Amino acid sequence: MSTTSVSAEEIALAAHSLGEGLRQLDLSVPDVHCGSCISALEKALSALPYVRKARVNLTSRRVTCVYAEKTEDGAADPTGIIAAINGAGYRAHLFTPFAAENDKTRNQLLLAVGVSGFAAANIMLLSVSVWSGADAATRDLFHWISAMIAAPALVYAGRFFFRSAWNALKHGRTNMDVPISLAVSLSYAVSLWETAHHGEHAWFDATVSLLFFLLIGRTLDHVMREKARAAINGLARLAPRGALLLAPNGSRRYVPLDEIVVGDEIAVAVGERIPVDGMVVVGESDLDLAIVTGESAPVAVASGVAVSSGAMNLTGSLVVRATKLAKDSLLAEIISLMEAAEGGRARYRRIADRAAALYSPAVHLLALVSFLAWGLIGGDWKHAMLVAVAVLIITCPCALGLAVPVVQVVAAGELFRRGIMVKDGSALERLAEVDTVAFDKTGTLTMGSPRLVRVEAADEADLAKAAGLAVHSRHPLSQALARSVGHAGTPFERVSEIPGGGLEAARGSEIYRLGNEAFACGAILPGSTVDSPLSEVVLSHNGAMLARFFFEDALRQGAQDAIKELGSTRFETLIISGDRQSVVDNVAQVLGISRAMGALTPRQKVGECQKLGESGHRVLMVGDGINDAPALAAAHVSMAPATASDIGRQAADLVFFNDRLDAVPQAIAVARRSAALIRQNFALAIGYNVLAVPVAIAGLATPLIAAVAMSTSSIIVVTNALRLNAAATRSRAGRSPKPAESGGEARIA
Amino acid sequence: MNMLIYLIPIALFMGGIGLAAFLWSLGNGQYDDLQGAAWRVLADDESGPPKS
Repeated sequence: MSTTSVSAEEIALAAHSLGEGLRQLDLSVPDVHCGSCISALEKALSALPYVRKARVNLTSRRVTCVYAEKTEDGAADPTGIIAAINGAGYRAHLFTPFAAENDKTRNQLLLAVGVSGFAAANIMLLSVSVWSGADAATRDLFHWISAMIAAPALVYAGRFFFRSAWNALKHGRTNMDVPISLAVSLSYAVSLWETAHHGEHAWFDATVSLLFFLLIGRTLDHVMREKARAAINGLARLAPRGALLLAPNGSRRYVPLDEIVVGDEIAVAVGERIPVDGMVVVGESDLDLAIVTGESAPVAVASGVAVSSGAMNLTGSLVVRATKLAKDSLLAEIISLMEAAEGGRARYRRIADRAAALYSPAVHLLALVSFLAWGLIGGDWKHAMLVAVAVLIITCPCALGLAVPVVQVVAAGELFRRGIMVKDGSALERLAEVDTVAFDKTGTLTMGSPRLVRVEAADEADLAKAAGLAVHSRHPLSQALARSVGHAGTPFERVSEIPGGGLEAARGSEIYRLGNEAFACGAILPGSTVDSPLSEVVLSHNGAMLARFFFEDALRQGAQDAIKELGSTRFETLIISGDRQSVVDNVAQVLGISRAMGALTPRQKVGECQKLGESGHRVLMVGDGINDAPALAAAHVSMAPATASDIGRQAADLVFFNDRLDAVPQAIAVARRSAALIRQNFALAIGYNVLAVPVAIAGLATPLIAAVAMSTSSIIVVTNALRLNAAATRSRAGRSPKPAESGGEARIA
Repeated sequence: MNMLIYLIPIALFMGGIGLAAFLWSLGNGQYDDLQGAAWRVLADDESGPPKS
C-alpha cells in the first residue's frame, strides 16, 4: 500500500518538538475500533527502540507517539512508526492538527454546564425548602444565598447567550438568544429586588436551571460538530505537505510548500502529486488529473508542458520548475472562486433563528401588554412587574432551544453510524429542503478507477502476455488490466515504460508493446474512434496488433440504486462534470440520468448551480474534485465522498465514508425525518406555551409552577427527539450494522 | 433554625467539592477518550509492574 510512502522528511515536518530531542507525532488511524486494537498498536509502537510513549485515543481514532530524534545508533527513522502501524494491520496517515480553538470552546462549554449545573442543583434545593413552607426569616436567608450562588453562575455560564444576543442586536437582527438573555437577566433583577424587599417569590431557580438546560443543548450541538470535523480532518491528506527541492549545486532538500519560490526546480517521483503549478523541465510522464479537472483518462506530459498542482504523477519521474507560489496555485484560484460562490449557505438562516424572529417580538409584546394591563387596571406596578417576568420566564424558549439541537444531534449520530459525517446542524436543515441533486462524474458517480469491459483477443496466451507487461506499470489502465486478467501473466524481463505511450518489452528480436494504438502499432488504424467513451489499450507484437482491451470508469457501488431511489422520490438528478461529453453521456445513459453536462470548467459548474438556484430549485451538489469545490460551496447543500480532494472535503457540508452512493438518499431521508421532528417539537413547545401563558398572565404562575412546567416541556421535547433513534433502529433491524469505514486511501493507491 | 448556620455551608461545601472534582477531571483530560478507557479496563496489561 502507498501508506508507507510518507517520507521521513514529511513526518519530521508534521511532528512537533517537545524539547530535549523528543518529538511528538500525531497520526490518524481510522481502523481502530476495539480494545485489542489499542493494545496491538501500542505494543507494536513501544517495541520500536526510539519510541518513548505511544497512546491510542479510540474516540478520535488517533495515535500520539513521542519519539526520540536520535538514538545511540544515530538519527532515528520515523518512517518506522508508520511501517509498524501498517505491519500491525492498520492504515495510518498524517493529518493537519486543526486549531486547538475547538477543544477550548468545548471545554469552556463543559465548564459552563458544570458551573450552572452546580448552581441549579443548590438553588433548587433551597427553593424546595422555601416551597414546602419556610418561615419568613429562613425564606429571606435562602433567597439571599440563592442570589449569591446565582450571580456568578449567571455571569459565567450566561456569557455565551449574552454575547450572541448582543452580536445579533448590533446587526439589527434577533435570534433565539435575545429572549433568553432578556428573560434570564430580568428575572434575576426582579428576584433580587423582591429579596431585598422581603418578597415571597424569587425566580433564582428558574433563572439558573434555564441556563443549565440551554447550555446542555448548546454543548451537544458543539460536540456533534467537533466529532464530525475530527473524523474528516483525520482523513489522509492528498495534497503534499512539501516538495523535494533541487538546489543548483545538485543537492536535494525537502522543504515545506510555503518555502517554494517561483523558478525553483522540484523533483516529483512516480506516485507523488505535483505540489505547485509549474512547467516540466526534465522527464516525460502521464498525469492523473481525475481529482483536478474530473478528466478520467490520464494525460501525457513532456518537457515544456504546464502542469497544475494536485495532479498525480503516474509513469515517469519529472523535474518541474515552479511558475507560481503555492499560495497562488490552482488551489488559490479555486478558493477565490469558492468565496465568490458562497451562496445559499451564507444567506441561510437557521430554523431556530427564523422561529425566534417571529417568536421573540410576540413574547416581548405579550409581557409588555400584561405589565401595562396589570399596572393600569390593578394599579399595583410591583405586581405588574412580577407578572411580566413570569410571562417572560414561562415563554422563554427553553424547549425551543433544546428542540432543535437535540433532534440534530440524534440525527447526526444516526448518520455517523452509517458513515456519514455532518459538519453542522444547519446542513441537516438545508438537506431536508433539497429537490434537485447534481452529481459530479469522476470520483463521485464513478470510482475514478478504470474497469476492463471488453477484450478483443485471438487467444488466451495474448491475455497472459498483456497481463505480464501490465504489472510493471502504475498507470491505472495497466493496473486494471493486471487485476482483471487474474492469473499470473507471462513473465517479461527488461520492461521499459515510455511515458505517453505504454510499455515495451523485448524478447530476443521480438518486441511486445502494450499501450495506446499509436504507440503499439506505430500508427492509428482506420476504424478506431478517438472520441469513444471507452479507453482502449492495444497489445502488439513487432507492430502487429494482437489484442485490444476496452476500459470504462467503474461505477460507484450502489450508484444505480441510489439514482433510481432519488428518481422514485421525485428528485431531479443531473450530472455536471469536467470530463469529455461523450464519457459523461455514456455514464448518464447507464444510470438513467436525462441531463448530463460535460466539459465544464469550475466556474461553469458554479454557474449551473446558481442557475438552478435562481430558478427556485434547492440543489444538493455531490462532488469530490478540486474543480468541484466552488460548486460545492455554491450549492444549497453539498456532499463529498471521503476519497475527495482535501479542498472538496473542506467545502462539503457532509462527507460519506463508505464506498456506496446509497449514502446520498439515506442522508436525505434522515434529514427529512429530523426536519419533521423539529416541526413537531416546535408544535409541542408552542402548545405548551398556549397552555401556560394564560396562567402566567392571570398572575397565577408561582416559581414552583414555572419550574415544573419548564422541566416537563424540556423532557417531552427531548423524548420526542429520541424517537428518531428508535425509528432508525427499527429500519436497520434487518441489516447488520456496519462500522464506518474510511476509504480515504483508495485514491492514493 | 440555628443548625442552618452550619448545615448550609456544609451542603455548599460538599457541592463545591463535586464541582471542583469535575473541573479537575475536565482539565486533566479525563473526557478525551471515553471509549478507549472502557476498553483499557479489560486489556491484560503485561507491561505493568511485576507481581511478585
